[in-house]
Amino acid sequence: MSVANREISPKLGYGATLLVAALWAVPFLWMLVAAFNPESTGAGMAALIPDYVPSLANFAEAWGLADFPRYGLNTAIISFGILAVQFVTITLAGYAFARIDFPGRSFCFYLFLTQLMLAPVALIVPNLVTIASLGLYDSLLGVMAPYFASAFGTFLMRQAFRAIPRELEEAALIDGASIGQRIRLIYLPLAKPSLIAFAIVSVTSHWNEFLWPLMVINSPDLRPLTVGLATFTRGAEGAQAWGVIAAGTLIVSAPLILAFVLFQRAFVNSFVSSGIK
Amino acid sequence: MADTIIASQPTPAWRLAIRHPRRKTLVAFGLLAPSLVLLALFTYWPIIQLTWQSLHGQQRVGGPQVYTGLKNFADLVADPAFRKALVNNLIYAFGTVLPSLVLALGFALALARSNRINTVLRSLFFLPVLLPLVAAASIFLFLFLPNVGLLDYYLAKLALSGPNWLGDPDVALWSIMVLTIWKNAGYYMLFFLAGLQAIPADANEAAILEGANPWQRLRYVTLPYLKPTIGFVLVIGLTNVVTQVDHVFVLTKGGPADATNLLLFYVYQQAVENYEPGRAAAGSLAMLGLLLALTAASLRTLERSFGEPES
Repeated sequence: MSVANREISPKLGYGATLLVAALWAVPFLWMLVAAFNPESTGAGMAALIPDYVPSLANFAEAWGLADFPRYGLNTAIISFGILAVQFVTITLAGYAFARIDFPGRSFCFYLFLTQLMLAPVALIVPNLVTIASLGLYDSLLGVMAPYFASAFGTFLMRQAFRAIPRELEEAALIDGASIGQRIRLIYLPLAKPSLIAFAIVSVTSHWNEFLWPLMVINSPDLRPLTVGLATFTRGAEGAQAWGVIAAGTLIVSAPLILAFVLFQRAFVNSFVSSGIK
Repeated sequence: MADTIIASQPTPAWRLAIRHPRRKTLVAFGLLAPSLVLLALFTYWPIIQLTWQSLHGQQRVGGPQVYTGLKNFADLVADPAFRKALVNNLIYAFGTVLPSLVLALGFALALARSNRINTVLRSLFFLPVLLPLVAAASIFLFLFLPNVGLLDYYLAKLALSGPNWLGDPDVALWSIMVLTIWKNAGYYMLFFLAGLQAIPADANEAAILEGANPWQRLRYVTLPYLKPTIGFVLVIGLTNVVTQVDHVFVLTKGGPADATNLLLFYVYQQAVENYEPGRAAAGSLAMLGLLLALTAASLRTLERSFGEPES
């Protein structure tokens, strides 16, 4: 037993952490308790300890007030559509940076990295003009397009590709494999962990995005979950229907939380290895 | 056929194929082209457009865009709402990033050892990160609700009464900050957990042998080792708080009386609600400037408080 364990400070720290953890759980606890409440409004909504028979009434009402399945579908199309195109762009660019020595390589690389500094949200105003002039206003493609290239993803793939021994590619070259075949059959399979990490971070961030789709989308049918939830919350707030809001929020938050519970380790690893959402 | 070529030449043909300079360059730019076109369209062009727009404006509604010099920036600085948003954003940035950082470090130190309870607690702290910010705001809407809301309900049980959490101009920004800290601290915790694992065990053992108490070990062993992590968290934290305003939409719409207006929300208002593209552009550039300045300043502060990194 080390000296540290006999000292008081670490134990106090752990106790404080437990207390904070209890506070941290309160918003989730309230969401659960309020969502399954048979009531949706009134003084009893603040209870954190359920004193009722659980009911799905709030879920039924939330489900009827907002077209969550459609919003969910839109969000899935946006998140996975962005990811599919990103896979192509970051793989090709990552390979070029990792394996081809060409004039202007470091200049190009810095050009890519500026995207990390110029946060896309700072550019939403001019980007909206661009999207409109491309005829993509009020379309899912318009929400996706600015994210198709990813400096962060390119950087991640470059690192992954550089760790793969050149001899593997040279062997394939002798066998007459084209550049496309070499990337597809040698590089991509070996870069799988990086691809998964990037996929988790990319999908999570676009799944949760609000401001940009709010600006691009006008038709209610094309709303993603976040925009749908904000509109829904505004409506239910007017009616003081807190239980319904809790149920709607739970419906919207469930998919990612469920994915996290299932693939916890992959999630944590990818968030750590990425850093930038 | 290929075999004979390889055998007959000092440099094999397949190596020449990779090393032939012009073909190589062509292939490289072919591979980069999709990304470069997209980056040009959605990153470089918008910056040019922002700069151009910030220097132009209309003399009358519907009139042509004419060069107006720094007028948009002068208007921006003269706008009380912008000044309020800028000050708010600074308070908001420091008031959320520093507490989140301290909490995250505390969580990581307390939960560094892997056991079942700690794994559950880590997940609990990380859970808010997965929630869309608008969903978090929908929950906090009720927490901050006057009288019947969660906070006031439990304060009343203690015979206390709270202010109007989102309605009082002196309180609203701080309420928003509580939500932000709750949302982000668990994210930063992950980086500290990873950083702690990289500290060699000998360093701590040596400090214990020297008789260092836990606070001394934290100050002179753990924190210096975590310096790169702290810098990294500062940068992503500052980027997060300047670029995320979704909760403001749901909770306050920047009110009351611009008390919770933040730069990005101000830019949105100018562009979408007030149709002031020149001012929105100037505001966007100011926001980018703030982001870069905050990042640079926080890294420099870190450098000064811990000296040179030990390699």
